[in-house]
Amino acid sequence: MNNGPRNKTLHQSAEERIHNFNEVNLGFDDELMMQEATRCINCKNAPCRTGCPVGINIPAFIKCLTQNDKDGALAVISEASLLPAICGRVCPQENQCEGKCIRKAKLGGSVAIGALERYVGDYGLKKGTAGLKAPAFNGKKVAVIGSGPAGLACAADCAQKGFKVTIFEAFHKAGGVLVYGIPEFRLPKDDVVAREIDKLKALGVEFKLNTVVGKAVTFDELREEYDAIFIGTGAGLPMFMNIKGENLNGVSSANELLTRVNLMQAYKDEAITPVYCGKSVAVIGAGNVAMDAARTAKRIGGGEVYIIYRRGREEMPARAEEIDHAVEEGIKLVLLTNPVEILGNEGRVCGIKCVKMELGEPDASGRRRPIPIEGSEFVIDVDQVVVALGTSPNPLIRKSCKELEFNKKGTIVVDEESMSTNVEGIYAGGDAVTGAATVILAMGAGRKAAKAIIDKLL
Amino acid sequence: MNELLKIYEVAPRVKKYVVHTPVVSKHCLPGQFVIVIVHEGGERVPFTICDYDREKETITLLVQEVGYSTHKMAELKEGDSLYALVGPLGNPTDLDMYENLVLVGGGIGCAVIYPQAKLRKQKGLKSNVIMGARTKDLLFDIDEFKANCENVYISTDDGSLGTKGFVTTVLQERIDAGDKIDCVLVVGPMIMMRNVAELTRKYNIPTVVSMNTIMVDGTGMCGGCRLTVGGETKYACVDGPEFDGHKVDFEEAMNRSRFYREKEEKCRLRG
Repeated sequence: MNNGPRNKTLHQSAEERIHNFNEVNLGFDDELMMQEATRCINCKNAPCRTGCPVGINIPAFIKCLTQNDKDGALAVISEASLLPAICGRVCPQENQCEGKCIRKAKLGGSVAIGALERYVGDYGLKKGTAGLKAPAFNGKKVAVIGSGPAGLACAADCAQKGFKVTIFEAFHKAGGVLVYGIPEFRLPKDDVVAREIDKLKALGVEFKLNTVVGKAVTFDELREEYDAIFIGTGAGLPMFMNIKGENLNGVSSANELLTRVNLMQAYKDEAITPVYCGKSVAVIGAGNVAMDAARTAKRIGGGEVYIIYRRGREEMPARAEEIDHAVEEGIKLVLLTNPVEILGNEGRVCGIKCVKMELGEPDASGRRRPIPIEGSEFVIDVDQVVVALGTSPNPLIRKSCKELEFNKKGTIVVDEESMSTNVEGIYAGGDAVTGAATVILAMGAGRKAAKAIIDKLL
Repeated sequence: MNELLKIYEVAPRVKKYVVHTPVVSKHCLPGQFVIVIVHEGGERVPFTICDYDREKETITLLVQEVGYSTHKMAELKEGDSLYALVGPLGNPTDLDMYENLVLVGGGIGCAVIYPQAKLRKQKGLKSNVIMGARTKDLLFDIDEFKANCENVYISTDDGSLGTKGFVTTVLQERIDAGDKIDCVLVVGPMIMMRNVAELTRKYNIPTVVSMNTIMVDGTGMCGGCRLTVGGETKYACVDGPEFDGHKVDFEEAMNRSRFYREKEEKCRLRG
């Protein structure tokens, strides 16, 4: 066993990376991988596994790595996850597997499970689709709505069991939030996301792009043609604060900024889609999407970027690595601060008026409730405001499948074990069910639904 | 897929495109729109559906050359295909409850109200139409409207055809003449829709406007198309595109629609 401290992954320097969209975290090279893999003590209880939403046999794949058996490691991960190159990059490991690692507190830090998973995932991508082929058709068809992580995971498991799977995607590119939301510098689109999707195509999954279910094809049409339907339509309408000035020019949702830059590639010189690049930008919110938006704004605008959050640093919901990266890139955290008005001049943003906050008693979420400090208003001069406060579920499904049961928040009601909805043969998972959550939870939900579909139809 | 079967020039720099799209033509209704990407790598541009033929599996789009993408579209020939087309998006027009409906079209907005006139005729419902443009060369399909509407009124800013003035001049005349008007559907430039709404407000005539806002996805995700209607934030793509014209905050909507057009804009507009 290696008693040394946790190894750090290779990174592009902050000075360099704020001028490009290339990946920031470069992962482990072979040597670092081996040093880190040998830190795993292969403990019997393997608490890390209980922290993994899809239950990857973590000690087993790391053991393979210590023997430099990359194929073995890939085989172990593939039993539980088909998208390790993606999950190794975007899972909040510190709250999941790594949060449970027994080396966390005293033994030099948790094993860098995420970085090791990514190493294996990238090895898998290099192997490409060789050896993958569609199994014999079992006679049953599955429709998957949305090609984000939930849909991809559901499709992969069903396709491997011989179902004919068709994925319906509203955008002109497959991948959902993996392509429109998460930036290139965190998750490369052509080299990672598209390669993972190629694997599904090799398994016989058909992608119908530019097709909005409920509009271009109705639920009744789907139910006639398919034996099961999985809804993985993800998040929907962006939430705003309902404060004065929110519809000024220069104010957008994080979704809009990220979609223009990621999906429409507005950061490239040859891009056609325009994007507004403020010289001084306020991003409201402190989740992963806020970090993505702030770091994107830094790269396209090159000026000051502020993250405004009403609680403290401890309470920021983003992954630790994303917050660290943002701070390294010179993004300023304006904490315990809440916007009260966006100021405009001739229809355009010219500032944001905020109030300072202090933390009071814990609220229903267990976090201390932020309370405004009277008379503490101040103005930050900005020419762009990006609101990253989450989303409410997409209304299209609710409007087009009236029999489906939704809860008060507008998310789809499912049985948590089978992910089945109240409508026979229709399953759902991901943000459409949970509200804004993580890639790995969506994948886990997609896999649960796939299992239920397989158990029921085979 | 998305093959351009026919292209007609109907006015200077305005063309009609008949697009083969079995999926959209099967489901679309008047008032709905599509999002088009002309070439790979291009931007997503919304266009309202101006006609559809379920048997021939086509929809018709009317496109005026105003920017980079519409210019690129104008370069296409019959037999070429659009890179991507998604739809039908938005909610269909729902005004069948009104017996005496006046359809008002301004400029290329006339094309957008045409399928509504046609569908009402098929359903045995009457409509009157007011078509307006700067000059007569910018008006087209008058005969098609005549075939589907009770009365066709025309206004041109320069008086080259019909009444000299604006669509509001004609609408005021019809109101003064005592025409029974239960509702007005108006499609055109925002300023024209606002002026019509201001006129009808005085007479308490329900007025529906079609908001052609900036959009990216068109499916309720980016929020770029948001506007204020009756004090509430609404999304043109999923809540509209048609709204109560008396409740829309046009000042704000017009300001928002200019965002990427402003010359002093520091964004990286190209083309």
